[in-house]
Amino acid sequence: MISAQRQSNIGPILAVVAALIVLWYLGAVGMNWGIQSDSYQRAGTTGVSFSQQLSDVLSQEKPILPAPHQVLAEFWKNTVQQAVTSKKSLVYHGWITLSATLLGFAIGTLFGIGLAVFIVHNAAMDRSLMPWIIASQTVPILAIAPMVIVVLNAVGISGLVPKALISTYLSFFPVVVGMVTGFRSPEALQLDLMRTYNASRVQVFFKVRWPTALPFLFTSMKVGVAASLVGAIVGELPAGGGSGIGARLLAGSYYGQTIQIWAALMAAALLAGALIASVGFAERVTNRLLGVRA
Amino acid sequence: MSLVQRTLAALAALVAGLVLVVPFGATEGGTLPITEFPLVAGFALLAVLSLVRFRWALRIEADLILAALGAAGLLATLPTLEQAGPGFWLTLVASWLFAWVFAERLAGAITRKGISSRVGVLIPIVFGITILVAWEAVTRGGQVPKVLLPSPSGIFSSFIENIPKLIADFQQTFLKSVLIGYALGCGFGFIVAVAIDRSPFLKRGLLPLGNFVSALPLIGIAPIMVMWFGFDWPSKAAVVVIMTFFPMLVNTVAGLNVAGRMERDLMQTYAAGYWPSLIKLRLPAAAPFIFNALKINSTLALIGAIVAEFFGTPIVGMGFRISSEIGKLNVEMVWAEIAVAALAGSAFYWVVAIVERAVTFWHPSVRGGRA
Amino acid sequence: MTDGGKSHTVVEAQGLGLTFNTADGDVEALSNVSLDIRRGDFVSFIGPSGCGKTTFLRVIADLEQPTAGRITVNGLSPAEARMQRSYGYVFQAPALFPWRTIEKNVALPLEIMGYSDAERRDRIARTLDLVNLKGFEKKFPWQLSGGMQQRASIARALAFDADLLLMDEPFGALDEIVRDYLNAELLKLWARTKKTIAFVTHSIPEAVYLSTKIVVMSPRPGRVTDIIESTLPAERPLDIRETPEFLAIAHRVREGLRAGHSYEHTE
Repeated sequence: MISAQRQSNIGPILAVVAALIVLWYLGAVGMNWGIQSDSYQRAGTTGVSFSQQLSDVLSQEKPILPAPHQVLAEFWKNTVQQAVTSKKSLVYHGWITLSATLLGFAIGTLFGIGLAVFIVHNAAMDRSLMPWIIASQTVPILAIAPMVIVVLNAVGISGLVPKALISTYLSFFPVVVGMVTGFRSPEALQLDLMRTYNASRVQVFFKVRWPTALPFLFTSMKVGVAASLVGAIVGELPAGGGSGIGARLLAGSYYGQTIQIWAALMAAALLAGALIASVGFAERVTNRLLGVRA
Repeated sequence: MSLVQRTLAALAALVAGLVLVVPFGATEGGTLPITEFPLVAGFALLAVLSLVRFRWALRIEADLILAALGAAGLLATLPTLEQAGPGFWLTLVASWLFAWVFAERLAGAITRKGISSRVGVLIPIVFGITILVAWEAVTRGGQVPKVLLPSPSGIFSSFIENIPKLIADFQQTFLKSVLIGYALGCGFGFIVAVAIDRSPFLKRGLLPLGNFVSALPLIGIAPIMVMWFGFDWPSKAAVVVIMTFFPMLVNTVAGLNVAGRMERDLMQTYAAGYWPSLIKLRLPAAAPFIFNALKINSTLALIGAIVAEFFGTPIVGMGFRISSEIGKLNVEMVWAEIAVAALAGSAFYWVVAIVERAVTFWHPSVRGGRA
Repeated sequence: MTDGGKSHTVVEAQGLGLTFNTADGDVEALSNVSLDIRRGDFVSFIGPSGCGKTTFLRVIADLEQPTAGRITVNGLSPAEARMQRSYGYVFQAPALFPWRTIEKNVALPLEIMGYSDAERRDRIARTLDLVNLKGFEKKFPWQLSGGMQQRASIARALAFDADLLLMDEPFGALDEIVRDYLNAELLKLWARTKKTIAFVTHSIPEAVYLSTKIVVMSPRPGRVTDIIESTLPAERPLDIRETPEFLAIAHRVREGLRAGHSYEHTE
């Protein structure tokens, strides 16, 4: 039933994507047309045919809005046709960002789970920390990213660790909040049952709390991994001329290389998609192992 | 008292006792004994006396008073102290331990005896103050370089000195970029959701895409928006519009589908048309989802506006200030700006949350008490 | 007097059938159901789950479309009858809107049907009085007990003065004591308002106590196995349930249900 429903969504999704691509082309032509006319005027070219101008518009070097095929070509050029080690390769930059994301995400998740365990088992911790953790979710934490990078740089720590630290920070909060809810989600009856067995706290944790909390873990991991990626990208902004997708975005914006920006954005989107899909995959595998019906 | 509480209390008294015998700190003239600081000495003596609790029970307030006394004594030494010695750090630890004992005892009392949980707000407040005191003591007592971590008092004085600048930044970033972008983004998301609601085909196509796009690092479009809309606030508002649009779209579409089968049948028995059932049933039922998006977006909007300013702005704005002051290594000002951002973010969120409680008062999650 | 006879028939079903197409193949929810409900009747539909009693009610209400046979409501098709708002429907659960007070919930159909403010106030007061909920106008549904909520939903169904009341196991989720009380209240209300009521239940005492006519149904396929005209007097105190007459009817209903069951075994 479920797979059948998923199948039936592909048609509508493709239709919407196709419509978006058409709109994108229309937008690209509309936004870049005037510039092309101006450049003809400056060059003194006259009597350009419509089709000639259209093809010129869609192959500008620094268009206001590049057409999809230009972005794809740039993406292709900078991934497949470049050595992976090259500074121009998006694979290289993507890897830099991905490694910071993954490191930070892993630490943040483990740390978050650990803290959640303490919080559900200690009333004082719960009451001291939870209000602050919840309140901190309303704070634009990402704003401290440049400071973390620069300050750590000033004391000689640079490269992967500062970025990973920001990612840790961003993935940590959703995991704590999700897992505290998750560890508290067993029903009173289930906990009472464990009490009748005189089960220890450790047994209650592994036999009841942990399995019930797993769905919450995956949900918050999806939020956390997306936040980690954003953290790593923003962490690359103050580095200036460094590596990573964020640095590519910044370089593109300095030099007005719109096509490069869009290609970097595409790489970021692919990374995000892949990360979330992997968490989703891990979730399905776990569910199958635990015999949960999806 | 439980074992944990007794251990902590004994430890606290012991550490405070040590304060009485080790050197407290130093100036160029030589070491400073504890007798120079009567408040700390008083704290240490009383703390040792608190050991009587193992004979006669001490009231819970005693631990709070001891913690406060220790903290106050510690902060009072900071202006004269040039070099913190073992006594200084032991005082900090002892004061912290008393605060911990207090939190443990109060939390225990609330769960066990059903003391009004209103008193419970004391615990996070005490925790927050403890963190601030420790921060101040460590940064000033330990002479931590300002660049690494400024002291709360330094941040506060920087805040006071720069109020005009901070207000200008707040106006530029919050009142213009954030609020305008938020209103437009949430508004568009809502309108599009209601518009596609009638078409199952569009819903099936747009919903998975919207879910996917919500998870993308949309902040990356900031450089493009700066190119399109210029350096001033409209480009930041545009980033905010794009970031807030998708969560609102996805949540509203999902919310419009939560009205129960029975309730829909009921509307059908009244031969109610599309609009009456939308307005009287499906929109009210969707309100919790819509407010969820409004709350998520309140944080996203501020992040979007601040980060977008890292890509180029006129010389005002919270993001601009953060990136330019950090360039000058003026870290205290950066922290002051972050404090403003934090206050603005939480205030924005709580305003939305208060409106939510007023509108969705009927929802079990609101009726059930604690949010 | 065919004309007069027609005006006395509220629901008329002839050879009604309804087949659902599900993933597990076709399910015949209703098969060849023929039945009249006359004005002022209190008709109960009783049978085990899957016998199509709720489906039949939903067909009357135009919430399901029959796949065979024909049915009229007030001489019209169910769709036309629905458009004329000719019935009130009470579900298994109160289905009150939690964001509306009790009076606003009762006002809901009146708002949709475009009644004036004054008329709304008047009708809310009258129907809340009918179900004994005076004084609870400003309460929210979740502040009331389950029985009171279900009474409010009955008030909501009565508010716009439809002559036909369709009730789908309205007291199924309530405990026995509350149910007895509400049954007695419902009978009084029926006597006072002269409505025609179609009532789905799976409780034999409830069906016998309330009805002038009991339709016994059985599943796979859903069909009518017996129609019993009640001989009980119109005035029915709760202890009528211990009289031999009552027990005789209950016995016949039980026999009907058993017959439907044994049919399944011989199949």
